[in-house]
Amino acid sequence: MVELGARKVYKDFPETTERIEARQRALRDDPKIASGRIAFFQYLALAVFLFLISGFWELQVRNPEIYSERAERNSIKALPVLAPRGKILDRDGRVIVDNHSSFSLILSREHLKPENVPIIAAGLDLDQGELERRLHRFRTRPRYEPIIIKEELTPAEIAFVEAHRDANGLPELELVHAYRRLYPQNSLAAHVIGYVGEVSEAELNSPEFIRYEPGDVIGKAGIERQYDVHLRGVDGQRQVLVDNLGRERRVLGFKPAIPGKNLQLTIDLDLQVVAELAMEGRKGAVVALDPRNGEVLAMVSRPAFDPNKFATRIRPGDWKELVSNPDNPLLNRATQAQLAPGSTFKPVVALAGLESGAIDEDFRVRCPGGATFYGRYFKCWVKGGHGVVDLHKGIVQSCDVYFYNVGNRVGIDDIARYAEMTGFGRKTGIDLPHEAEGVVPSSQWKMRMFRQKWYAGETISVAIGQGALTVTPLQLAYAIGGLAMGGVWYRPHLVKDPARREPPRVAKINPDHAVKIVHGMYGVVNEPGGTAIRARIPGISVCGKTGTAQLASNQVLKNTKLGQVLKDNAWFVGFAPCESPEIVVAALWEGGEHGYLAAPIVRDVIKAYFDKKARLRRALVAQATPRFGPSPEAMPAAGP
Amino acid sequence: MARYRLVREMDWPLLTIAMVIAAVGILQIYSATHGTGWTGAWWRQCLYVGVGLAVMWLVASVDYHTMLNQAPIYYWASMAGLVAVLLLGREVSGGKRWIPLPGGFHFQVSEFVKLVLILQVARYLSDLKGDHPQARDLLKLGALVGLPAALVMKQPDLGTALSYLPILAMGIFLAGLRWQHVVALALIGALALPVGWHLLKDYQKMRLITFLDPSRDPLGSGYQVIQSQIAVGAGGMWGKGVTRGSQTQLRFLPVPHTDFIFSAFAEEHGFVGVLVMLGLYFLLLMQVVQNAQVAADRAGMYIAMGVAGLLLFHLLVNIGMVVGRMPVTGIPLPLMSYGGSSVVSWFMMLGLVHNVRLRRFGI
Repeated sequence: MVELGARKVYKDFPETTERIEARQRALRDDPKIASGRIAFFQYLALAVFLFLISGFWELQVRNPEIYSERAERNSIKALPVLAPRGKILDRDGRVIVDNHSSFSLILSREHLKPENVPIIAAGLDLDQGELERRLHRFRTRPRYEPIIIKEELTPAEIAFVEAHRDANGLPELELVHAYRRLYPQNSLAAHVIGYVGEVSEAELNSPEFIRYEPGDVIGKAGIERQYDVHLRGVDGQRQVLVDNLGRERRVLGFKPAIPGKNLQLTIDLDLQVVAELAMEGRKGAVVALDPRNGEVLAMVSRPAFDPNKFATRIRPGDWKELVSNPDNPLLNRATQAQLAPGSTFKPVVALAGLESGAIDEDFRVRCPGGATFYGRYFKCWVKGGHGVVDLHKGIVQSCDVYFYNVGNRVGIDDIARYAEMTGFGRKTGIDLPHEAEGVVPSSQWKMRMFRQKWYAGETISVAIGQGALTVTPLQLAYAIGGLAMGGVWYRPHLVKDPARREPPRVAKINPDHAVKIVHGMYGVVNEPGGTAIRARIPGISVCGKTGTAQLASNQVLKNTKLGQVLKDNAWFVGFAPCESPEIVVAALWEGGEHGYLAAPIVRDVIKAYFDKKARLRRALVAQATPRFGPSPEAMPAAGP
Repeated sequence: MARYRLVREMDWPLLTIAMVIAAVGILQIYSATHGTGWTGAWWRQCLYVGVGLAVMWLVASVDYHTMLNQAPIYYWASMAGLVAVLLLGREVSGGKRWIPLPGGFHFQVSEFVKLVLILQVARYLSDLKGDHPQARDLLKLGALVGLPAALVMKQPDLGTALSYLPILAMGIFLAGLRWQHVVALALIGALALPVGWHLLKDYQKMRLITFLDPSRDPLGSGYQVIQSQIAVGAGGMWGKGVTRGSQTQLRFLPVPHTDFIFSAFAEEHGFVGVLVMLGLYFLLLMQVVQNAQVAADRAGMYIAMGVAGLLLFHLLVNIGMVVGRMPVTGIPLPLMSYGGSSVVSWFMMLGLVHNVRLRRFGI
C-alpha cells in the first residue's frame, strides 16, 4: 500500500502524518467505494421485480380464464368424512347402542344461490324458515365449510338430490355417508345411555364445549354425555375436484375418519330387561348394584323416552311433548328423583341408635298403635299396635312407634351423622351427569336453610323416613348395600374400567350391630308377620325393607284437594344373599301406595341374577367335565 | 439542525410513494375485511400509519452517529425483549410472537429487531480497518445476527428469522468479499441445509414441501398457495374491482388483509394494478438506494442499503409467495399488510433513511 509506505516516510513530521491519516480515513469512509456494488444491487432488484411481474403475467395475462373459471366454481370441495361414534356394550359385550349407515345431505354454501333455498326446502320437506335460520347461524364460519341440513334421507329424497345434478339444478347439494345412532327399542336403559344431539349455540359459548364446532353431534345426556370424549371419533375430510355441475372428478386428498372407541358398561342386559319389564306401566325407578365393587347392574327410570327420536335432529313437536309432560320422562328418577324414603330408612335409624349407644339390643317399646311426643300424637301404621316390640320385631314388622322412640333417643344430629355415613345427603359420585344429592335434615341444616332452630318434634318424622328427608333410589341401594357389607361402600359406576379401581369408603361399624340389622331385614322377607313376604325366593336368602312414603304430612293433605291425587310412594330395597351380599336392588314405585307392592320388582331382579348365575355355573360345569375322556384334539401330539 | 431545514430536506418523493402504498394498503384492508370479524382493521391501520409517521420523524431527527454509538445498548435490550417474548408472550395459533400491551394492542418485538440489526451491522462494518472483512469479522457478524434469528426461530417464526439474514448478507456484500469467503459461505450453507431441515417444525417442513408441490397438501398450506394463485389469476388484466373479488370476499383466500393482501389486491385490481403497485415499490426501493449513494460516510451507506436489502427481501418473499414462486413463510408485505408492529417498524426504517439523507453534507 502506498499510503502505508508514505506513513513511514513522514514519520518524523506528525502534522503531515495526521493530515495523511485523515485522508486515509476519508478514503475508507467514502461511500463511493461501494458504488459498483450498489449498482449491482439495483440490477438485482430489477431482476427480482421482473421475476415477480412474470409470475403475475403467467397467472393474470397468459391464461387467466383457467383461474377465473376456477374461482367461479372454486372446484375444490371439502366434504366431511363423518366418524362413527363408539358402540355401547353391556357387561357381557352385547351391543346396547349401535350405529347404522345412512345418508346425510350437505349444503355447500360457496355454491348456494339464494333463489334455490325455497326449492330445496320444498323438495326435502324442510321448513324454509328453519333452513334460513340454520344458514344464518353458520354465517361466521368460512364459506367452504359445508353444513349438514338433513339426516336420514329417504330413497325419495336421495332421488330428488340425484335428479337435480344438472347445469340448472342444485349444485349446492351433496350427499355424504353418515352414521346414525341406533338405540334399543322400547326405551331400554334410555336414561342410562342418554342421547346425542347437535351442539347448541348456548353450549358453544360455554368454556366446557370449547373444542366443538357448530354442527357437531355430541352426547347430551347420560353415558353419551359423560363419556362423549371417549365415544366420539374424529371426523376426516375428503377433498375432491368437482366440475361445474358439482360432479366429482378427482379425489385430491383423503383424511380418514377416526372412529370413536367402544364403551363397555357394567349393566347386565338380562337384569336390565327384567327390571324394565317389572316397571312396565309404572312410574318410578329401579337400581341394582353389586355392593362388592359398586358396579351398576341395572338402572331403570319410568316413564322413559325414546332416544331414537334424538338420534337425528329431534322434531320441535316431539321435544315440546317431552318437556311439557308433567311426569317428566327426561328425568332419570334413579339418580335425580329426591323423595322421602319412608320405612326403608329405618335400618339406618336402627344403626344410629345402636352405634350412638342411645339404645341397646334389649331396648323394647310397647306399641299401642300410636304415641304422643312433644304434645303431638303420632300414629303407627298398624291401627291395633304391635304389642311389645324389640329391634328385630321393629324392623320385621316396621313398627313406627318403636322407631319414633329410637329417633327421639338418638336425636336429629346423630341420625344425620349416620345417614351421611351410609351415603345419604350427598352425591354417590356415579358416572352420570346431574346426580341429585337429596336432603339429610339436621339442626345445622335447618339453621342454614331457614334460619330456625330444630324442634325435637321434627325428629320423630325423620325417624321413620319422612319429614324433610329425601333420597334418590341410587342412594338407597348404595347405602343399604354398604351397610349389608358391614360398612364398606364402593362408588357406583356404569363403566367397566379395571384400571380405575378405587378403594371403597369404609366406616367403623360394630359388626354385631350390622348383623342385628341384617337379621331384621332377613325377617322382613322370610319371617311370618314380615312386611315383604312377596320378595321371598326359595333357596336364596333375600333380605330387604319396605317403605311406604307419604308425599306430604297427613295434616296438610286433609285440607287440600290434592289428598285424592297424591298416593303414597312404594319403596323396597333388598339384597341377597344375606351373609355375603352380591346384589342390592332398590325399587321406587311412585304412587304404588304400599311398600310391599314394590317388593316383587326387587324379587324379580334378584331372581334373574341368581338364575343367570346358576345357568352360567351349569354351563361351566358341563364344559369342564370331560364326558368321554379327553378329546383327540386335546391329546399331546406324539413324538416321532 | 433547524426544524425548517428538516422539513425542507425531507425526501418528499420517498415519503409520497410510501404514503400512497400505505393508503392502497388501507383500502385493500377495508375491502378484504368488510363484513367479517375484522371490520375495524382498516381504521386501526390508519392509526398505525399515523403513529409510524410520528416515530419516523423522531428516528430521522436524532443523528444516526449517535444511534450507532448506542447501537449495542439497543441490541442487548432487544435480545432481552425477544427472551421476554418467549417467556411471557401471548400464544396465537401455535406461536408466541406478541407481548400484550394495554388497550388490546400487541407488540411484536421481532419486527423492531430488524432496525437494531441494521444499525449494529452498519456500526461493525464501518469500524473495520482493512479493505475486506476478515473471516473473524464474518464469524462475529454471523453471531451478531444469528443470536436474534435463533431466538425468533424458537417462537417459532421462520419467516421473520430468515428476514434477518439479508441485513447480514447486504452488509458483507457491500464491505467487499473475497471469492474464497464466498465459496466458504456457500459450502457452509450447503452443509447447514440438512441440519436446518431437522430443526424445522413439522408444519414448516410441510410448507416447504408444498411449495415444491402444492397439490401434495391441498387442504393445508398447499390450500393457501392454490387459493392465492386462483385469486391472482381470477383478477385477469383489469381486476374485478374493489370489494368484488370473489376469492377474497368469499374467504377462500387465507388472511387476505395480512400476509396475502397482495393476492387480494391482484384479484381486485388485475395485472394493471399489480404493475402500478410493483412500480411504486420499485421507485421506493430506488429512492432508498439513491439515499445510500449520497450518504456522507460508509456508516450511512450501510444503514440505507440495509433498509434497501431488507425491503427487497420482503417484497421477493411475500409477493413471490402470492404467485406461488416462494414458500409460504408468513412474512408481511411492507407498508401494506395489516399489523401495527410491521407498519411502525417500516416507517422507522424510512426514518433511518431520512436520517442518513439529512446528514449527507456531514452536518
